[in-house]
Amino acid sequence: MSLWDKLNIPLGETKEVAPGTSRHLFNYRRIWKSVVLLTGGVSLIPLIFITLVNYGAMQHSIESEFFLRTTRIASNTRRAISFFLTERKAALDFIVHDNSFETLNKKERLSDILKSLQRSFGGGFVDLGVIDSSGFQRNYVGPYSLEGKDYSDQKWFKQVTESGVHISDVFLGFRKAPHLVIAVKGLMPDGFFYVLRAAIGIAPFENLLTKLELSGMGDAFMVNHEGVLQTPSRYHGNVLEKIRLSVPEYTPKTEVLEEKSRDGQDVLIGYRYIDESPFILMIVKKKDELMKPWYSMRLKLIVFLLVSVSIIMTVILGTATYMVKKIRIADEKRVFTLHNIEYSQKMATIGRLAASVAHEINNPLAIINEKAGLIQDLFILKEKYAKDQKLLGLVNSILNSVQRAGTITKRLLSFSRHLDARIETINLKQTIQEVLSFMGKEAELRPIEITVKVPEDIPQFEIDRGKLQQIFLNIINNAFASMNDGGHLDIKAQQEDKNAISITFTDDGCGIPKEDINRIFEPFFTTKTGQGGTGLGLSITYNLVQEIGGKVGVQSELDKGTSFIVHIPINMDEGRNE
Amino acid sequence: MKKMRVLLVDDEEELVSTMAERLTMRGIDADWVTNCEDAVEKLETRKYDLGVLDVKIPRISGIQLGKRLKEKDPEMKFIFMTGHGSDDDFKAGSAEAGPGYYLVKPVDIEYLIRKMNEILEK
Repeated sequence: MSLWDKLNIPLGETKEVAPGTSRHLFNYRRIWKSVVLLTGGVSLIPLIFITLVNYGAMQHSIESEFFLRTTRIASNTRRAISFFLTERKAALDFIVHDNSFETLNKKERLSDILKSLQRSFGGGFVDLGVIDSSGFQRNYVGPYSLEGKDYSDQKWFKQVTESGVHISDVFLGFRKAPHLVIAVKGLMPDGFFYVLRAAIGIAPFENLLTKLELSGMGDAFMVNHEGVLQTPSRYHGNVLEKIRLSVPEYTPKTEVLEEKSRDGQDVLIGYRYIDESPFILMIVKKKDELMKPWYSMRLKLIVFLLVSVSIIMTVILGTATYMVKKIRIADEKRVFTLHNIEYSQKMATIGRLAASVAHEINNPLAIINEKAGLIQDLFILKEKYAKDQKLLGLVNSILNSVQRAGTITKRLLSFSRHLDARIETINLKQTIQEVLSFMGKEAELRPIEITVKVPEDIPQFEIDRGKLQQIFLNIINNAFASMNDGGHLDIKAQQEDKNAISITFTDDGCGIPKEDINRIFEPFFTTKTGQGGTGLGLSITYNLVQEIGGKVGVQSELDKGTSFIVHIPINMDEGRNE
Repeated sequence: MKKMRVLLVDDEEELVSTMAERLTMRGIDADWVTNCEDAVEKLETRKYDLGVLDVKIPRISGIQLGKRLKEKDPEMKFIFMTGHGSDDDFKAGSAEAGPGYYLVKPVDIEYLIRKMNEILEK
């Protein structure tokens, strides 16, 4: 099924208005399709292109905006965390430089220092411990009883002896609460060393990270290099649990990457390795949530596009249909006019031919008339022949034949005159008889019985006689074509009122099917395709009737016959008493 | 009664000569010519009561010839004949020549004489 059929464009009936090679010019479906494709293409392609470009640009700009924002937050947060750690490391460093090993081993002094630290630095410092070079905790202040603990085989202790400072991962340890440890190495004058070790709770980190206002169901937390959570997270597990995302690779800068989380969601991860610590700051945002404003904008964009496309297509389809319909009607009118002109020219040619033939024949006919008349005169005057009835009969017969021939030529001459529009007074009965005389021979041969009933009181009236005769001739011709041999044609005239008469032509022919009856006056409507029917006879008749100001109606029953009724206006004042 | 003098003009000699003969047989003084020059020339020598003219004669229409002859002899009356015998011609001719003076060929001789008498009696 083609697009055409699906849309069922109301262009009207496609008629073959042109024969042969020029038929392709009248393919209105093709014209319609071309117009729709061309105008649709020209207006829709740029619109769709611009919308797509716009779509891409907007999406890109929104995405990069989120990347940028995530990077900025990650970067700022990293600075705060770094500062937090560095500050505490520096405090411890200050303590080991400001106090001797001996002083630090005094419980009161260490307790004072812890209190000062807690007061000055706020939360964070949980306890303080002093460990000698053998790994033995010599002094401890804090909520736990950890004095005397041996750390000599612990990894962090080895690291602090080597590098002088250590920041640990978050762990539970002896304290059974998540914390991290910062340890610094202090040197004694004798070359031995000791370690000042502080446990720091993760509450300050938690505070810092949970305070962040993150869009897109964002989550900020820290992990160590193995991917173990160092602070609690909202959506990615609790402290010391393994994160359900992969650990991003090391870079010295803040980076943002896109990843699929294990539950299949697209996430945006901003991360930063925090220098001189085992921590990675991660900010994770759900892309779906982030992009929600974009999705609503995208929906608007798509709705806008669809509405625009449908409006444009409606206008194009409407305009194309209207225009093509107009073209079709104009073409049909033009072709009909051409046919009409051709038809009238043909009739005019026939008329002129008939007139010249009639004229040419009339002259020798007049001579025969005179010569035969002279013979008659001579016979009558001379007694020798006056009584010869046979000779007189012969001459009379010649004169009668001349008269008959004269009647025919007069009729031909009268026919030729139909072609010029001229108003004249006519006698209806006589006019009908004149038309029938053209059909007389055919009616006689087939045979077809014709009855004419014209009331005597129908007045003479003024009308274009040629047109009237043409109307009668066309209708009678049609009736003859519809009837079998032996058919009947009734022609009945009647005065409808003072100003109108009607003439009814009733035949007992094949009739007209119901579905065709409304179309018989349409130009080019014919059931005689291929049999010489042009479909113009009745349409010309219709036009002629309109031209003389009349109306034509039809009643028909299939296989029973057809009646054509012609209503003609008559002008009584001028038509009477001629 | 004085003999009626008639001039017949038609380019068909066969027709016009026979008509003249038949009119003569009926006691009418009928002359005939086949063109307008001869007709004008005839009028120089004789006076006619009536001209019977073909509408279509070479170079000039019968009606124009009638007008020219009328200039020469204002008393002369005319009947026109045509082979183009349609009602239209009849009307057009009647308009110029007056009603009833316009006959269609072939013309019945008795009818022609009747018409000639009618015109001359007016």
